[in-house]
Amino acid sequence: MGPTDLIDAESLRDDIPKFAPGDTVRVHVRVVEGNRERVQAFQGAVIARRGSGVRETFTVRKLSSGVGVERTWPVHSPAVAKIEVVTQGDVHRAKLYYLRQRTGKAAKIKEKRAPAKA
Amino acid sequence: MPAKAPKKAIVGEKLGMTQVWDAKQRLVAVTVLRVAPVRVVQVKAPEPDGYSALQVTYGARQASRLNKPLAGHYAKVNVEPGRRLVELRVDDAGEYSVGQEIGVDIYSAGDKVDVTASSKGRGFAGGMERHNFKGQGASHGNHKHHRAPGSIGACATPARVFKGSRMAGRLGNERVTTLSLEVVSADAERNLLLVKGSVPGPRGGLVLVREAVKGGTK
Repeated sequence: MGPTDLIDAESLRDDIPKFAPGDTVRVHVRVVEGNRERVQAFQGAVIARRGSGVRETFTVRKLSSGVGVERTWPVHSPAVAKIEVVTQGDVHRAKLYYLRQRTGKAAKIKEKRAPAKA
Repeated sequence: MPAKAPKKAIVGEKLGMTQVWDAKQRLVAVTVLRVAPVRVVQVKAPEPDGYSALQVTYGARQASRLNKPLAGHYAKVNVEPGRRLVELRVDDAGEYSVGQEIGVDIYSAGDKVDVTASSKGRGFAGGMERHNFKGQGASHGNHKHHRAPGSIGACATPARVFKGSRMAGRLGNERVTTLSLEVVSADAERNLLLVKGSVPGPRGGLVLVREAVKGGTK
């Protein structure tokens, strides 16, 4: 345990669901407009998770009216109100940057099927 | 007269750096300092010492590890021996008394502090690391002079190298003060002080935390 872990522990959130690259998630983001705060949803595929501890971030990619949009947040950011896992993907890479070059059916991520009962 | 001494000062140990969220949900890089409560061993006043300062100690040290002069110094004022003795220059030492404990709670979030420590020793460093020289090109026929300083002067006039020309040499391990760092939080329970930004010296190094000399009165 590092000497600064005690400080980090306060910043870590324990309400973050388990999600991995390939999953489709709905991220509820707190948006401050003037002195009003509202929650905006951003739904797309997780294409990367990097770092660890307080510094860990994840990147979500979606198509917005035909244009690819990517947003990155720290996993433990207080600006993220909630993360919902919509579907789980079945992918062979930790970073799905290859999706940037693909459109349409080629950019589809295979869905993970429930493990067959033995 | 030298620069005005700070009103309050304390000594601590650098633990390392990390990041915390601020109220506006932004990440702030902070240095974590462990500031154990210090005990005043001696109060130095203009009369008879010629200047105003506090001699303090922190932590604990086995009595058997003290030499006799040091043991006597502690015994005379009846203060428990600590890791080491550190002198803190303060504006008016008369406000303090021998044996008094000073904790991290003298600071609170938002205060500005100056942090002094010995910087990391870099040994014999070249001009690029020591003086931020640019070095020379990688190509155009350059051979084994990529990190060399270049010219250090002219030829027959003045026929010598001027004194003080910047060259390679010892770098680091000197007293460095970082001015006006903001206190992010002062945790008296765990004896931790979080200051915004970086602080000189290695992890585990001794740091002096003083009230900022710049920025005027609040």
